[in-house]
Amino acid sequence: MNVIETRLPGIGVRREIVTGSGRRVGIVAQRDGDLDLIISKASDPDACVASIPLTPDEAATIGNLLGSRQLVAQLTEEHRDLPGVSTRQFLIERGSPFDGRPLADTRMRSRSGASLVAVLRSGQVQASPTPDFTLTAGDLLVVVGTSEGLDAAADILRNG
Amino acid sequence: MHTTALTLIELGAILLFLGILGRLAGRIGLSPIPLYLIGGLFFGQGGFIELEGVLDFSEVASEIGIVLLLLMLGLEYTAKELVTGLRQSWLAGIVDFVLNFTPGALVAVVLGWGPVAALVMGGVTYISSSGIAAKVIGDLGRLGNRETPTVLAILVFEDLAMAIYLPVLTAVLAGLSFAGGLGTVGISLLVVTLVLVIALRWGNIVSAVVDSTDREVFLLTLIGAALLVAGLASALQVSAAVGAFLLGIAISGATAENAARVLEPLRDLFAAIFFVVFGLNTDPSSIPPVLGVALLLAVVTSATKIATGWWAAGRQGIGRMGRARAGTALVARGEFSIVIAGLAVTSGAVLPELAALATTYVLLMAVLGPVLARLAEPGMELAERLSSRRLRTVPTAEST
Repeated sequence: MNVIETRLPGIGVRREIVTGSGRRVGIVAQRDGDLDLIISKASDPDACVASIPLTPDEAATIGNLLGSRQLVAQLTEEHRDLPGVSTRQFLIERGSPFDGRPLADTRMRSRSGASLVAVLRSGQVQASPTPDFTLTAGDLLVVVGTSEGLDAAADILRNG
Repeated sequence: MHTTALTLIELGAILLFLGILGRLAGRIGLSPIPLYLIGGLFFGQGGFIELEGVLDFSEVASEIGIVLLLLMLGLEYTAKELVTGLRQSWLAGIVDFVLNFTPGALVAVVLGWGPVAALVMGGVTYISSSGIAAKVIGDLGRLGNRETPTVLAILVFEDLAMAIYLPVLTAVLAGLSFAGGLGTVGISLLVVTLVLVIALRWGNIVSAVVDSTDREVFLLTLIGAALLVAGLASALQVSAAVGAFLLGIAISGATAENAARVLEPLRDLFAAIFFVVFGLNTDPSSIPPVLGVALLLAVVTSATKIATGWWAAGRQGIGRMGRARAGTALVARGEFSIVIAGLAVTSGAVLPELAALATTYVLLMAVLGPVLARLAEPGMELAERLSSRRLRTVPTAEST
């Protein structure tokens, strides 16, 4: 995929891709750390239909949401032969009981039987995280298990 | 009354008044610069209230205002951005200069103000307000637009042009002989080149010298260095403002970002005083006689800036709508037009009418710029609708 990088002197950098439908989608990374999600107009490709300011947390979460599909699809494919086993994603929200705590504190495996196979953070995949891996708000957890196990895991992550 | 008490009371009243004006400007989505100028006119000589006690302080404060304004401008760019910007935009930059310097210079010549005033007025109409333009682009959500880099490249070129223009101007205003003036310009060009090279090669060393984790130490080092460099530049007859600008460029990376963050409120404070002092020194009764000329100049230089942006964006393959946006984004004139006029007026080398014309012109352009930028899209849509209606009648005429 061809990422076009344009320097905006005095403001920051714009990175964007041109999609198959001819739209420009990308981000403007401003000097002061602010990020804007930009999507070009269909009628006027020079202009933007939206320029949405995002906090670093929000940007990381959107990156995770966009990046997780492929990973989840791949895992679901791998578990297709195991009836009753599925893959689900959970977001560590700001104020979650595990925000800033190591993965071991959730004791998810022993309490729900579901297992955490990957964490998506800032669009990066951390496969098979170790128990000392520290969770933070915005992390997207990819969990595999039975549907009861996944419900239990959701409850653990939400309520501690 | 005790003079210190008087100074404090007057300064307090002015700042408070500016605060109210600034809030008003924010409410209606305008740049506060025209309101600060009006505030100065209100307080100053010939205005409603004459202030005496505050003048000494405000003169120095306004000098500091210019230094901080230019230092911050330098901090916004890295030397690399300047060099690549220059390479990409030099042609557009030259078109911009010719189209927009000429109207101001011409008006000064026609009014019989002489060549020095022509040099000053040309500068006043040439330089767009990068502050207002950047704010308009951000406010209207155009950071992601394809024409935005073109607009920014032109602004970068203008700011670099200032680094050459200001020393020339100070040399001319000081009434140096041709040879002396040439020497000054030579020195400043040499210094500009030297600083760019140092910033490109050893910017991190300069940054490391200035940098400190302690906020207080950092601020003192930064402002101390800026005033020292500005003062030395001024003593060498190179403009103080250029010295500060170059120091800003030499500071790079994380240090520059931190510096911009700690200096911003100070810059806003002292720059506001600078605009007020400029207004204070302008007699409001001198404005009506130049109003007609200022209006004419406003119309002509809006058109020339729009033409500049239209042409420059077109060269980058931008569509009609984007070309209109690029043109109107450049229309606003502001801080640097006043810096130029301020240098000229304090030197005493030009007529006081020039200050009145420059003030009136910037008052018009600082308001007109953002308004035109906002109207670019609806205006183009209207124009296209009108022309398509006309086109619909044309084929029938042609088919006969």
